[in-house]
Amino acid sequence: MADSKRETFFANIWKNNPVIVQILGICSALAVTNNLTNTLIMGIGLIFTTGFSSLTIAALRKYIPKNVRMMIQVLIIATYVIILDIVLKAYLPGISKALGPYVGLIITNCIIMGRAEAYAQSHGPVLSFIDGVSAGIGYSLILLAVAFVRELLGFGSLFGLRVLPEGFTPWVIMITAPSAFFIIGAIIWIARTPFVKKK
Amino acid sequence: MGVPLNPFVIMVAAALTSNMVLSNFLGMCSFISVSKDIKTANGLGMAVTFVLTLTSVLNYLVYYYILVPLELVYLRYIVFIIVIAAFVQFLEMVIDRFSPALYINLGIFLPLITVNCAILGGVLFMIIREYSLIQSLFFGFGSGIGWWLAIVALAAMRMRMREKDIPPQLVGPGITMIIIGIMALAFLGFSGMVPVQ
Repeated sequence: MADSKRETFFANIWKNNPVIVQILGICSALAVTNNLTNTLIMGIGLIFTTGFSSLTIAALRKYIPKNVRMMIQVLIIATYVIILDIVLKAYLPGISKALGPYVGLIITNCIIMGRAEAYAQSHGPVLSFIDGVSAGIGYSLILLAVAFVRELLGFGSLFGLRVLPEGFTPWVIMITAPSAFFIIGAIIWIARTPFVKKK
Repeated sequence: MGVPLNPFVIMVAAALTSNMVLSNFLGMCSFISVSKDIKTANGLGMAVTFVLTLTSVLNYLVYYYILVPLELVYLRYIVFIIVIAAFVQFLEMVIDRFSPALYINLGIFLPLITVNCAILGGVLFMIIREYSLIQSLFFGFGSGIGWWLAIVALAAMRMRMREKDIPPQLVGPGITMIIIGIMALAFLGFSGMVPVQ
């Protein structure tokens, strides 16, 4: 049992990474990746939401009628997002403002629905919780990688602290939207190289 | 309440300068998975535009006439998503009843739309930017048009990419992301055309 828990955990982080392999859930959070602090908060929020909504959906899975399950799943997810939103507003008002609508958009993040449908529907609450959390971590790691490149080259800083010398000319493109697409494309390219060679 | 902006300006801005998918990253999931074929892309684009326009108005009314007076603003995410889901369901039944031909073209996309981030995103932007009713209508419509334009353009490019010789690691999502990046760069050229962000 311990093995399968560990396998569940690591599968989502690398072999089955939601962003690289399944291309899910890029929607809501890419826009906040021009800054590491915001990305980190977003990632933590996402891990919280996926973990607990998977847990809840798995615990209730025998009582949810099949034909309205999508609606109920969305409601469960929305509940956790509201909790997250209220907590952020209370303790981190600045970041909550910067994230703007993107906190609310976690609801429609396909990863959460995807994990609920593909995993929580057919597994126990504990395993589903681990699965949800690891999917969230796998997703956050990619976002942090994107944010690292964008903040470093776009502002010359990391987590708001200057790391590159004053003479460094910031790359304006890294602050704008297209760079995120290019970086994700490059990450997918790098990550898929070992898999393709095996064939 | 409200920004004194010409609704038409908001519409153009939503469609071009701050395009839903290319500069706000909204609706990416279906943008990538449904853009393999131009005909389906067109159908989905049409459905998104329609739903986005009407749900913007609907959610505007629900927000300002029900949630705000009752001080239930903190429930807005749940309420918005219910309104969207209920509207999509209702629309599906209406289309099925009155226009079977349209249902065949549009029907399969409707369930997909409920979880399309562009719809909820459009609604949340409308609330955060405090648009008036007319502005919301034009904003929703413009955002939909922008999304439609982007997905049809992407589908057309992906169809041409099919016969091209691409590095095997990049086939599929990798090259798609890079194409989207180049498209986003092109759309960046529109910025400055309209004096709103």
